[in-house]
Amino acid sequence: MRAAVLVFPGSNCDRDLAVALRGAGAEVTMVWHKDTALPQGTDLVAIPGGFSFGDYLRCGAIAARAPIFDAVRRFAEGGGHVIGICNGFQVLLEAGLLPGALMRNAGLKFICKPLALTVETAESVYTAAYGAGAQVVFPVAHHDGNYQADAETLARIEGEGRVAFRYVDTPNGSANGIAGILSANRRVLGLMPHPERAADPAQGMTDGSALFRALAGAFETA
Amino acid sequence: MKARVTVMLKSGVLDPQGEAVRHALGALGFSGVQGVRQGKVIELDLADGTTEAQVGEMCEKLLANTVIESYRVEVL
Repeated sequence: MRAAVLVFPGSNCDRDLAVALRGAGAEVTMVWHKDTALPQGTDLVAIPGGFSFGDYLRCGAIAARAPIFDAVRRFAEGGGHVIGICNGFQVLLEAGLLPGALMRNAGLKFICKPLALTVETAESVYTAAYGAGAQVVFPVAHHDGNYQADAETLARIEGEGRVAFRYVDTPNGSANGIAGILSANRRVLGLMPHPERAADPAQGMTDGSALFRALAGAFETA
Repeated sequence: MKARVTVMLKSGVLDPQGEAVRHALGALGFSGVQGVRQGKVIELDLADGTTEAQVGEMCEKLLANTVIESYRVEVL
């Protein structure tokens, strides 16, 4: 698998994400936000966590309009796989590639701890390895992870089985306890928790490894 | 020309920061503050001839997230 990890000023999980992807067997290229094209043959675009552009204006707002993003949008609209983690999820929402918005945590506190999540659907390359109903533990580390969408959008993503991960105990006020959602074609995943911080025994947690292995595996056979 | 853009959370969208400010005002002894909504003001210094419609486009494309925010443009 060829993965492109986007790097913005203020990204800080970009190298962790590259390590997790390489650990699963992916060939990883770091792509600077000022680039205007993705590497030839890219199978996956990975948008890392951090504080892109200092969270100025709104979290992810400026990254979603960076020069590289026209190429990312074309890639996603052409059926490409894109994963956005934490700030990357905020970027995908700001770009309109996923519905809804992430607001300040309901308790106003920055939340940084491992949390239990339920895998809500097996119907995506990201979640098939876990199976629906499985429980995993990934760390969260965010101030703006309170997922909100209008009632009609929530009903649609719930009805279409597009909630990928749900908090067992919602820490941040997210509607329906949503931690991560899929696009309509199930190829774009955005999630607040960090699977790349649970992908090596040295991190104390390894539940995230299966996600990266499944991704890499999906593109080996393709 | 100058324009001032006011961006607010849409009514009905919970504003945790505004709520925290409301509590803090109460703690300072200001009774009767029934609601606080926090938004932002963006002042634009624009070349002459920029139209209000163009400022509206700036709001739609970047300055406001219309999923959760509304905006108001005043040409000064």
